[in-house]
Amino acid sequence: MKPHHWLVGGVVALLAAAPLLLGNFAVSLLNDIGIGAFVALGLVLLTGVGGATSFGQAAFVGIAAYGTAWLTTTQHLSPWLGLLFALALTGVAALAIGLLTLRLGGHYLPLSTIAWGLSIALLFGNVEALGSHTGLSNIPPLALGSWSLADPRSIYMLIWGLLGLACWFSHNLLRSRPGRAIRGLRGGATLLASVGADAFRVRLTLFVMAALLAGVAGWLYAHMNRFVSPSPFDVRASIEYLLMAVAGGLGQLSGALVGSALVIVLKNGLQDVLPWLSQRGSQLQGVAFAVLFILLLHHARGGLMGFVSRWTRGRFAPIADDAPLGTTLPLPQPLPRRAQPAPGQPVLAVRRALKRFGGLAAVNDVSFDVRAGEIVGLIGPNGAGKSTMFNLLTGTLPMTSGRVEFLGHDISGWAQPRIARLGMARTFQHVKLRPHMSLLDNVALGAHARGGAGVVAAGLRLDRREEAQILAEARRQLARIGLTERAHELAGSLPLGTQRILEIARALAADPVLLVLDEPAAGLRRKEKQALGELLRKLRGEGVTILIVEHDMDFVMKLVDRLVVMTFGAKLVEGTPAAVRADPRVQAAYLGSAVEPVAAAEVLA
Amino acid sequence: MTWDVALILGIDGLANGAVYLLAGLGLVLIFSVTRVVFVPFGDVAAFAALSLAAFEAGRTPATIGLVLTLAALAVLVETWRLFRQGEIRRLPRALLGWGVLPALPCLAAWLISGHAAPAALRVAVAVALAVPITPLVARVALQPIADASVLVLLIVSLALHFLLSGLGLLFFGPEGSRTGPLATGSLTLPGGFPLSAQVMLMIGSAVVLSAMFFLLFERTVAGKALRATAVNRIGARLVGIRPARTALLAYTLASLLAGLIGVLVAPVMTMYYDSGFLIGLKAFVAAIIGGLVSYPLTAIGALAVGGVESFASFWSGALKDVIVFSLLIPVLMLRSFMARHAEEEAEEIDR
Repeated sequence: MKPHHWLVGGVVALLAAAPLLLGNFAVSLLNDIGIGAFVALGLVLLTGVGGATSFGQAAFVGIAAYGTAWLTTTQHLSPWLGLLFALALTGVAALAIGLLTLRLGGHYLPLSTIAWGLSIALLFGNVEALGSHTGLSNIPPLALGSWSLADPRSIYMLIWGLLGLACWFSHNLLRSRPGRAIRGLRGGATLLASVGADAFRVRLTLFVMAALLAGVAGWLYAHMNRFVSPSPFDVRASIEYLLMAVAGGLGQLSGALVGSALVIVLKNGLQDVLPWLSQRGSQLQGVAFAVLFILLLHHARGGLMGFVSRWTRGRFAPIADDAPLGTTLPLPQPLPRRAQPAPGQPVLAVRRALKRFGGLAAVNDVSFDVRAGEIVGLIGPNGAGKSTMFNLLTGTLPMTSGRVEFLGHDISGWAQPRIARLGMARTFQHVKLRPHMSLLDNVALGAHARGGAGVVAAGLRLDRREEAQILAEARRQLARIGLTERAHELAGSLPLGTQRILEIARALAADPVLLVLDEPAAGLRRKEKQALGELLRKLRGEGVTILIVEHDMDFVMKLVDRLVVMTFGAKLVEGTPAAVRADPRVQAAYLGSAVEPVAAAEVLA
Repeated sequence: MTWDVALILGIDGLANGAVYLLAGLGLVLIFSVTRVVFVPFGDVAAFAALSLAAFEAGRTPATIGLVLTLAALAVLVETWRLFRQGEIRRLPRALLGWGVLPALPCLAAWLISGHAAPAALRVAVAVALAVPITPLVARVALQPIADASVLVLLIVSLALHFLLSGLGLLFFGPEGSRTGPLATGSLTLPGGFPLSAQVMLMIGSAVVLSAMFFLLFERTVAGKALRATAVNRIGARLVGIRPARTALLAYTLASLLAGLIGVLVAPVMTMYYDSGFLIGLKAFVAAIIGGLVSYPLTAIGALAVGGVESFASFWSGALKDVIVFSLLIPVLMLRSFMARHAEEEAEEIDR
C-alpha cells in the first residue's frame, strides 16, 4: 500500500461511515455535494483535461431531470426506467450538440455553449408538457424492491456509491489508451492525428461522457428533491458548476469532489451569515459567489487541489501504476508488429505534387521516391517549400494536384489519422509533447493506433492486457533512446534536445514503416546532434525508412543516403550527398550564382 | 400573416434592431480593444433605465450608491497597486481619476433628484450616472488580468454579470418600472400605419450614434488609437499607445452607449434589475455575426436579430428567445468555418 492508497481508503471509509455519524442536515448537505460532484467531475474531464469549456452543463442536468420526471409522473413508469431514459436523452442531446459545435475553433466553442445552455433552459420554462415555469412535482422516490430510498440516509448510499464508481471509472480512463488521447487533446488536433487518433471524435466522446455524468446528477436530483423547475438548470447554475470545478482544481479528478464540497458548504454558510449583514442577505449570495469566482481566476486558477498537488510534488515519490523500475516484470506478449517492406522496395512515391496558396505555388510539380531502408534528406534554402511538402505528405494540408503513394496506396486526400495508421509517423518542428504527462505516457501515446481499447473497456479496466503491452512497448522505446530512468518524470522538465528525441521515441512507438522528421536538429547542441545522428543511423540499421527535412547541412550530409534539393517550390536536383554537394545549381541556390564553385563546395562541406 | 401584420412586425423589429445595434457596437468596441466579451453590458443599460425611473418617481436613484461602491473599490485596488509598485506619490491623481471623477455624476444626480428637473436634464444625468460603471468594474475585475486568455476573460465577464445583477437586486430591489415616453406623438405612414415617435427616436438615435461612431474612428486620434489596438496590440504599444488607456476609453464609450440604450428602452419595456441581460445577449448574437470585430456586419446582424425576434414573437411569444439564441449556433458554425484557425493549443483556464 502506498500513501495515496491509504488516503483514498481513508476518504472512502469516512464517507461510508458518514450517515452513521452525522445528523440529517449534514447528510442532506453531503447528498447535494455528491450530486454537484458528478457535474463537476464531467467538467474536470471536459474542461480541465480536454480543454473544452462548457457554460451549459446545467442544461444536461436539466434534460435528465426533466426526462425522468416526465416519464415517472405522466407515464407512471419506474424511476429505473427513468434512469435509462434520462441517460439516453442526455446522450442523444449531447451527441447532437457536439456534432454541431465541437468543430468550432478558438473562443467560438465556449460561446456556443452559452447559446445552447440558454436555449435549453428557456425551453424548460416554456413547454406546456413540462409544467412551464412551475415545473413538475410529485416525482416518485427511488426504491430498490420494497426498500424506499426516500430518506436522505438511504439515497446517500446510492449517490456516493455511484459517484465512487464514476470516479473510479474516470481514474481508470485517464490511465489508458483512450485516456492518453483525451489528455493529448490540448496539444492540438495535429498531434493526435499524427498518432492516428481523430481529435474531433475524442472530444465528442469526452463531451458525451461529461454530459452523461451531468445526466446521472439530474436523475438523482429529480428523485431526491421529487420536484423539478427550470431555475436550477439555467446558465447561472452552469456557472456555479464551473465554479466548483475551478475552485476544486481543474487539473485533478479530486478537484471535482473538493470543489463541490467547497461551493455547497460555502453556499450554506452564506445562507446563515448573510442575513446578519443585510436584510436582502439571501440576494447577496450570488454577489459573494461572483466575487469568489473572480478572485479565484485572478489569483488561483489551479484551484485548491492545484495547491495541494504542487505541495505534494517532490515530497512523495511519483506515483507509478506498475511495478517499480528495475524489477523484472513477467513481460507481456509484445504488440504485433507491422510487416516491413524488403530493403529497396518503394515506400513513398511523390508524383507531380502541386500546392498553391492563392497565386503562389509553394510546391510546384515535385516528384521523388523513398525506398525501404534508406534515409532521404529533403533540403533547400529558406522558403523553398520543404515544410509545405512535408505537410502534403502527412496529410496536414490538402494537395492542389498531383499524387502521393505510400506503400502502394494512393494517399492523396486521405485524412491525417488514416495515413498515420498506415505506417507513417512524424515529429514536429515545434515540439508537440504534452508537458504535464510523463515521458512514458507521451511515448505510449505514439502507440495509440496499435491498440483498440475503447472508453468503456478502459474505464472498467478490461483493457489491462493491451495496456501492459502498450506500456511495455513505450518502455522499450524509452530504453532505445536511453531515458528509462526518467520514465515517470514530466516531459515538460526535459531540455529541448531531449524533447526532440522523445518525439522520435513517440513516433517509433507506432511501429512505423516511414519515419518523417521535421527539422529534428533545430535548436540542438553539438553533443545532442551527435546523439541524434547515432540514433537515426541505428534505426536505419534496424530497417526503418526515414525522410528528414533539415536545415543543418553538416548534420544531413553525414547522415543521409540520398538528398532531394528544393528551391522556390520546385525540385532542383536529387542524388547522393557528394553529387549534390558538387552540383553547381545547388551552390547557386544556396549562395548565389556568382560564387566560385570551389569556395561554395568548401562551405557546404 | 397579412402584409399589415408583417409591416407592424417589421417596424417593431427595426426598433429592436436599433437597440441591439447600439449594444452590439459597444460589445464589438470592447472586444476588439480588450478581447473581453463584455456580458454585463446590458446590466449597465438596465441601471440607466432604473435611474431615470427613479428620477421620474421623485426618488434618489440607487445607482448613486452602486457607483460610489464601485469607485471605492477601484480606489482601493489602485492604491494597493501604487503602494506595491512604490509609486504612492501618484496617489492624488488616482484618487481624482477613480474616486472624484465618478462621484461627479452622483453629485449631479443627488442635486436634481426630488426636484422637478426638466426631462432632458433627467435623461442626461441618468446616462451620465451609467458612464462610470463599466470603467470602474473593468478597473477592479478585468484590468489586473488583461493579459489572460480570452476564455478566462469570458468567465470573469460572466461572473461580473452575476455580480452586477446581484448588486442591482440589492440596490434597486425586485420591482420593475417603466418611464414616461421620451417623445410623444406619431407619424402616419402612407397606407395609414402609425409610426410612434418613440420608435422613430430609437431608430434615429441608432443612425446618428453609428454615424458619430464612424466619425470618431475615422477622424480622431483617439479613434485611431482604438483601431490600432484592435488590429495589433503589440504594434500599438510599440508606437506609444498605452493599452490600459485605450481600454479605459473603450469601456467608457461602451458605458455611454449602454446608458443611452437604457434611457431609450425604458419607456417601451418594463425594466427590472436583470432585464439588461437579455438585451445584452441578443446584441451579443449580433456582435458574433460581426465576428466580434466588424462594425458594419454587427449592424446588419443587429437588424437581423431584431427582425427574427419580432417575427418569432408572432409565431410563439414564449419561444422567441429560444429561437434567437439557437440562431447563434449556425452563426458560430459559419463564423468558425470562415475563420482560418492556425493550429493552436487549446485555451486553458488553469495554466
